[in-house]
Amino acid sequence: MKSLKSRYNIDNWLTYGLVIFAYIVMRILIANGKVSFALQGQLVPITVYIVMAVSLNLTVGVLGELSLGHAGFMSVGAFSGAISATLLELSVRTTLPAWMRLALAMIIGGIVAGFFGFLIGIPVLRLEGDYLAIVTLAFGEIIKNVINVIYIGYDANGIRISTESANALNLGENGKIILSGPMGAIGITKISTFTAGFILILITLFIVLNLINSRAGRAIKAVRDNKIAAESVGISTWKYRMMAFVTSAALAGAAGALYALNYSTVVARKFDFNTSILVLVFVVLGRMGNIRGSIIAATVLTVLPELLRTFNEVRMLVYAVILILVMLVRNNTTLQHLYQRIVTKLRYDRPPAEEGDEA
Amino acid sequence: MTFLSYLISGISLGSIYAIIALGYTMVYGIAKMLNFAHGDVIMVGGYMSFMATTNFGWPPLLSVLFAMGVCTVLGILIEQLAYKPLRSAPSLAVLITAIGVSYFLQNAALLIWSPNPKSFTSVVLFDSVRLFDGKLIISGTTIVTIVACIIIIVALNTIVNKTKVGKAMRAVSEDKDVAQLMGISVNKTISITFAIGSALAAVAGVLLCSAYPILMPTTGAMPGIKAFTAAVFGGIGSIPGAFLGGILLGVIEILGKAYISTQLSDAIVFAVLIIILLVKPTGLLGKKVLVKV
Amino acid sequence: MKRKSYFTFAVALMLCLTLLVGCAGQTTKPTETDGPATPSGTDTAPSESKQDETDPGTSTDTAPIKLGGIGPLTGSAAVYGVAVANGAKIAVDEINALGGMQFELNFQDDEHDAEKSVNAYNMLKDWGMQILVGTVTTDPCIAVAAESFSDRIFTLTPSASSPAVVEGKDNVYQMCFSDLNQGIASAQYIQEKGLGTKVAIIYNNADAYSTGIYNKFISEAADKNLEVVSSTTFTDDTANDFSVQLMEAQKAGADLLFLPIYYEPSSLILAQADSMDYEPAFFGVDGMDGILTMENFNTELAEGVMLLTPFAADATDDLTVSFVAKYKELYNEIPNQFAADGYDSVYAIYEALKDSNVTAETPANELCDLLIGIFSGGDFVFNGLTGVDMTWSETGEVAKAPKGMVIENGVYIGMD
Repeated sequence: MKSLKSRYNIDNWLTYGLVIFAYIVMRILIANGKVSFALQGQLVPITVYIVMAVSLNLTVGVLGELSLGHAGFMSVGAFSGAISATLLELSVRTTLPAWMRLALAMIIGGIVAGFFGFLIGIPVLRLEGDYLAIVTLAFGEIIKNVINVIYIGYDANGIRISTESANALNLGENGKIILSGPMGAIGITKISTFTAGFILILITLFIVLNLINSRAGRAIKAVRDNKIAAESVGISTWKYRMMAFVTSAALAGAAGALYALNYSTVVARKFDFNTSILVLVFVVLGRMGNIRGSIIAATVLTVLPELLRTFNEVRMLVYAVILILVMLVRNNTTLQHLYQRIVTKLRYDRPPAEEGDEA
Repeated sequence: MTFLSYLISGISLGSIYAIIALGYTMVYGIAKMLNFAHGDVIMVGGYMSFMATTNFGWPPLLSVLFAMGVCTVLGILIEQLAYKPLRSAPSLAVLITAIGVSYFLQNAALLIWSPNPKSFTSVVLFDSVRLFDGKLIISGTTIVTIVACIIIIVALNTIVNKTKVGKAMRAVSEDKDVAQLMGISVNKTISITFAIGSALAAVAGVLLCSAYPILMPTTGAMPGIKAFTAAVFGGIGSIPGAFLGGILLGVIEILGKAYISTQLSDAIVFAVLIIILLVKPTGLLGKKVLVKV
Repeated sequence: MKRKSYFTFAVALMLCLTLLVGCAGQTTKPTETDGPATPSGTDTAPSESKQDETDPGTSTDTAPIKLGGIGPLTGSAAVYGVAVANGAKIAVDEINALGGMQFELNFQDDEHDAEKSVNAYNMLKDWGMQILVGTVTTDPCIAVAAESFSDRIFTLTPSASSPAVVEGKDNVYQMCFSDLNQGIASAQYIQEKGLGTKVAIIYNNADAYSTGIYNKFISEAADKNLEVVSSTTFTDDTANDFSVQLMEAQKAGADLLFLPIYYEPSSLILAQADSMDYEPAFFGVDGMDGILTMENFNTELAEGVMLLTPFAADATDDLTVSFVAKYKELYNEIPNQFAADGYDSVYAIYEALKDSNVTAETPANELCDLLIGIFSGGDFVFNGLTGVDMTWSETGEVAKAPKGMVIENGVYIGMD
């Protein structure tokens, strides 16, 4: 039992180590001017997608439920985060420093998304399998539709909300429109930073890894593996499923806030079915339940389309082919056996050398 | 009268969803996979029919057969190249591959046919029917769509329940390994399922473009998602369920637009869906599977 | 089992490092990925001839000024981005053939997504972009304009029409009408010409362009005693069945249907209205342009449709005729207003710069100040495909007269 525990620890520290190492390397490279604008511009989205992938992995990999609406939580977090950040900037007399506004926005984004996670969790967790998946999909679509008809403005008299149009807000002088229906949240001050993203990843890892390796995490996995057996030994399946689901939603919300505050505008259309699917691809490619895999897959697949720009018009076609091939190779039984053989051989030949490889 | 014509619009839209949903549900029921590329096969079907009628000048019926032929081949090809090697892999791996195929088809279409939309000529040639002094107009396409949908469901039911192939399908659906032991070629059965599903997609594509005559590389995407929803809604794996789910989805969409709000029509559709699933957690006609430890 | 994941991790880490190094390498040699003389990224049409590669080189030795372009070349909005890219490319080739000042265009895909658009923008910065022709669509453009504003790179968007695109940014200019202008002009036209008294509107409530025009039109209509009897919406996801919207309009007794939307849904609306025997007057905006050139479109459906458009592909002036002929030859399609906007944008920059002595060495921020000075100076007048005597205000909006057109026998006829 002890050795099992220490194994978990090593594994977890490795994940933290990878993230911290990557962060430091990037920082050094940036300081030396070795990083292209293209990659620098992608750093925040990469951290966002990592958090998205890790949090979805909690639902899909650890809890074992297919969610097709993870972008919906990101959307909720993005808009609540963007609105609160802009309101903080406009309303608080002594303007808070940017990092504090960002932190507050992420916390608010997380809380609001977590709340929505709870709300949608009530119907979702009564269902199973594809029926559950379809409700998450439906949730994502509903959010997208609803945000398109909400207008929020702020003026001397406070916050105004309308579902008609920006004109219907009747903003006074110096009034500012914060959310403008299909235009999305506009006039956002860009305050997201790579460091904030890095910290969010660490927090996410801390929450998710601790949850997985805690009593609750073992209960969640027990529910995944056999719901009835878990129930029969007295595990409250509803409670643990809800716990995983809400945590996952809240983290996605915080990531959404970080994402929104990285651009001067964000629209509801961005968080559609395709984005949910994209994050799901990260999770499946990184292996379900494998947190480190999610991190790596999210990074590689976010950078990949940009690297493929040299292919011009066939870029997305190449991306599709790569995706299919990777899935085929990863799940090819012959290759898996070969790989297993190599691993076994390595293990018996020189076990310590392999440990050194990761450092 | 207005209500009646809304209802007919809804049934017409729903019939198209139903035909697409049948393709989803067939493949799901037998191969146990969500074929997210199904919507894009619909688009290919539309383009094939378009090329046949507009570029080659073929008669409409021939163009439908041509589209069905090409899509059947395409469906088998996709299955052989992308899905068959993953037969023993987890179902989510296959789902991701299907998404890859979907990206591939969309982007290939973009390169082949350019992103410029094309105006589709309806394959239905007869005129609208006018009832009650022209107060109620039902277009020829609507009638053909509804009739085609009914024919397809009857045919599918016959195939699955009355033929030998259908028996094999049901066996594979029940238990792949046992079916294999009983001398059923699982691979062949799944290929046949894909062939049928893709042919259905072609028909759906032609009908979709006839009813809403515009054709773009993304034409199949949204109807695909809606039909997938419909298939689950009706109880995934169930053929009558897919039919019912499709029709209901179409009707709710149109009536929601008409009587509640055009801005939120999709939100209404999906909200109704969530509510119904709360009452019927396994879809309208889905089987309640008893899980034992 | 654990060993296995260590190994995977090691491999993945190596992969990541390779990627990082690969990316870092791009800073030092930004043009490495693009062929030496290929206007890379513009090759959006597969059938395109490769001859023009040699043109810039042979005509002169001047190093080209680097124009960046961004727009959707894939995805649901690809039709607009591809048209702009093609139009801009024709302009660049023409200008280069003239000798003198040379341009090199690098047009990147953004999939109609703000994130990808900013990625494309950063990539173009690595490439050494001096002036940006883009972004094609509205919300990606707002995101990119904020970046180009802080980087001081002059930005001329061919087609992003929302006022939010130029608001508060002195370096961003528009080639197309702003949404507000179109809303006002539409209401004016309808009222002055007595085209209809009871107006129904169908617009896309998930689209900034459509909603922008709609809102302005509504407030203008109130001042002009136009009665709006029905306004219904759709979204990109529900842009197939319009029976409900049309029946509402019909029930409300509308005699004019205002369609501030693009031509694809418009073509469906026309077809569905026809099948239900509903024949109001139809009035569209510049997004309606393109409807006649849709492959296989039955132009009888569009008979009598009125629209405000800055560009008509069948106009008989020399400029349009030669542009349309070139476009057809290269891309085998008839250009729409987006292609014309792309073409005009490049020419506007050329006209503004041709008398100055800027070179490929001029830093982007100097070019930016110079171009801002010229565009907002008041005496810069540009004649192009999409209008004559165009001038720009300091805010970045273009002033040009909208042309009212009516479709008769499948061609545009001026309404004035």
